[in-house]
Amino acid sequence: MGATVEFRHVVKCFGSQGPPAVNDLSLLIPPGNICVLVGPSGCGKTTTLRMVNRLIEPSGGQILIDGQDVMAVEPTALRRRIGYVIQQVGLFPHQTIAANIATVPRLLKWPDERIRRRVDELLALIGLDPGPVRDRYPAELSGGERQRVGVARALAAEPPVMLMDEPFGAVDPIARTRLQNEFLRLHREQRTTVIFVTHDIDEAIKMGDHVAVLQQGGLLAQYASPEELLTKPASDFVARFVGADRGLKRLALATVADVELEQAPVVHENQVLGSPEDGLPMAGAKYRLLLDGEERPIGWINTLRMPAGERASRGAAEPSSPLLSCDTTLRDALSMLLGLAVQTGVVVDDGGRYAGVVTVQTIAGVLRAAIEEGVPSPAAAGEG
Amino acid sequence: MTPGEPLIRWDWLLAHLGDIALRVGQHLVLTGIAVGVGLVLSLALGIWAARRPGVYAPVTWVTGVLYTIPSLALFALLVPFTGLSLLTAEIGLVSYTLLILIRNIVAGIRAVPAEVRESALGMGCTSRQVLWQVELPLALGVILAGVRVATITTVGLVTVTALIGQGGLGFFIVDGIQRFFSTPLIVGALLSVALAVALDGLLVRLERLVTPWARR
Repeated sequence: MGATVEFRHVVKCFGSQGPPAVNDLSLLIPPGNICVLVGPSGCGKTTTLRMVNRLIEPSGGQILIDGQDVMAVEPTALRRRIGYVIQQVGLFPHQTIAANIATVPRLLKWPDERIRRRVDELLALIGLDPGPVRDRYPAELSGGERQRVGVARALAAEPPVMLMDEPFGAVDPIARTRLQNEFLRLHREQRTTVIFVTHDIDEAIKMGDHVAVLQQGGLLAQYASPEELLTKPASDFVARFVGADRGLKRLALATVADVELEQAPVVHENQVLGSPEDGLPMAGAKYRLLLDGEERPIGWINTLRMPAGERASRGAAEPSSPLLSCDTTLRDALSMLLGLAVQTGVVVDDGGRYAGVVTVQTIAGVLRAAIEEGVPSPAAAGEG
Repeated sequence: MTPGEPLIRWDWLLAHLGDIALRVGQHLVLTGIAVGVGLVLSLALGIWAARRPGVYAPVTWVTGVLYTIPSLALFALLVPFTGLSLLTAEIGLVSYTLLILIRNIVAGIRAVPAEVRESALGMGCTSRQVLWQVELPLALGVILAGVRVATITTVGLVTVTALIGQGGLGFFIVDGIQRFFSTPLIVGALLSVALAVALDGLLVRLERLVTPWARR
């Protein structure tokens, strides 16, 4: 349901003198993709975004939505078809949450019943209970909740295109990660074409199907997938902007599901180590992973400290491994392992059942492969 | 005042109840017209001034000058043109409301957060919809605070218009002064104050009623 958005040689100059804010920008954004515009301040990313819904008018070139020039559409009609989310959210303080979300459907004169249904559907979609939330005012919500309502408001009339200007820039890092993940999930369901502005390269890599790196003077430095941006930066500027740790950043693109899991020696609760029902020799491994009756991991058992003939119990287990799920990024997995100073992380499936383990060595292998594919070593990039 | 006369003669009061009610009504009408017309003019000027910073300075300068002219002098100056009429009274009363109301309207509109205006425009509200559905509702609290001040000021000023044959409760004050008779003077003054306090209380209620979001 997303639209194709195309920038053709777009130029924006403010005033008659001075360098252009956006200079000969051409981009093709396929329908349903998230395109992130990223760059240092003054690179024209917000200006670029605001030209799509004509809050700023381009000085030259064309912006096409599904082939139609935005300059040929009446601005208010155009904007009602484009979702818009800004950093400060800008909810209407004098209207209830329901009325805020209903803004564009009301402008489009949807029947009341349809608006009501859509509002409740969106509230549920962003994880807020419509019953108590519908009639509250924005001041009664937390910052993260307000930001979610802002996204719901932008999605209300099912726009084919959505513009987001640093939407998660004003919330704390923990809430930001949650909002990012939620938005990605939401996007998988809605498949709107999204243009997303940020100055944070990590956010760009995480959120974007494509990332456009802009540099001062509104010049496009590179337009590529996050993968390509990290492995083949097109210029020194991009390499520096992406950062010396781009090999590490690449780990954020892969999840635990992408690597082959290893299997640790396990033992079930109340089994005797080395017994026939256990099936492993007593001296087979120093550490065994203790699982409960439903295959859920409890902790590690040090076999050297277990007297022979003793049943494996909860009391003997050390719960020192972080639990990872299949959609944990390798980057997060690595930082959890390093944070706890352990070698092995236990991976569980959606039901919390043991699926395998990921080790620091496995992740290092992925990192090494990335480097061999052409990413210079962090040290070499740091010198450049 | 005749010596030995009581401050308030209750028999006069009882005999003039109908008259008093009439004057209170008249006082309310004079005040209502002045604040109403003043509000309409101020909204027009205030919205214009809030949109164009260049307009704000001259508008406040002109209304500021009007505000400083002594009311007695203003009415006297108008009489040769408009006579001892309701029009004369209202021209004066309205001019005194303008400065207060325009200032509050402009302050209220300017206090609307930029991101609220931006998101309204970005979602496809026309500038008229932004004004009526976003800016004015949000400015309502500040505007009504201005209406309260303007109303109290006007209730006081209406008594002065008794000198040009209008006046509401001011009629009793002028009557009392001319006849050295304290009862109507005190009745006029006290009721005028009571009227101001009552109207102020009503407007505070109204303010709460129309800004439910500010209470929680």
